[in-house]
Amino acid sequence: MNSFITNNEGIVLKYIVGTDDFSIVGEVSSKIKKVLKQLNIDNKLIRRVAIATYEAEVNVAIHSLGGYIEVEIIKNEIKIKIRDNGPGIKDTNLAMEKGYSTASTKARELGFGAGMGLPNMKRCSDEFKIESKFGEYTELNMKFVV
Amino acid sequence: MRVSNLITNYGFELITDTDSTVEINGVYSSDLLSFVMANGNSGNAWITVQAHLNILAVASLMEFSCIILPYGVQIDNEVVKKANEENINILKTELDHHDIYKIFIDEEEHESIL
Repeated sequence: MNSFITNNEGIVLKYIVGTDDFSIVGEVSSKIKKVLKQLNIDNKLIRRVAIATYEAEVNVAIHSLGGYIEVEIIKNEIKIKIRDNGPGIKDTNLAMEKGYSTASTKARELGFGAGMGLPNMKRCSDEFKIESKFGEYTELNMKFVV
Repeated sequence: MRVSNLITNYGFELITDTDSTVEINGVYSSDLLSFVMANGNSGNAWITVQAHLNILAVASLMEFSCIILPYGVQIDNEVVKKANEENINILKTELDHHDIYKIFIDEEEHESIL
């Protein structure tokens, strides 16, 4: 974990996600899952969060120049923010379409790049927002009701 | 059915040094990791020809009972080592998807009779 803050409001965890290193993809989501288990959060909810953060982690590794995942756990809510350092998405509506992908051949050979990552995240979360500026960044915000 | 049942009764090879007494709850097959994340269920046996490190993260997050490599697919020692650390069962068989599914269907029918 790269930082861990706890106060009256709740817990904030922040993890840096690297780029292009497929061998460690999943480590951040595993760590988040472990924390949620320790907090005795409902198993079904943990699975949804785990799936969503895993897909996010894959996306950052495959498509971005690196970024971070921030998890905020407050009383009735888990908020997850994923922000990368670009290169941004030209058309977010197109990116949200099931099956649309710009993943490399290398990524596809490993079973990534099915064009299901963003739709999976949306399906798993209670609230989903995607914002991107081409040439600059992509930011996803997800909320899960506890 | 337990993972060990596939080893004892159907000749599957457990290539990890892990707990094969785990109960299998259904079977799922896909090589696209997003499909697996979206459609797999906890306790599933997962059939895949992908044999790289990332299958371990998926199996662990989804809490699968085991990974089954069909067609005698080869796997690196590095992956086996990591699977041992994370206690993820990896089984190998020469069978194809059809024959593996047939085992599960036969076992389910057998269990429903009992």
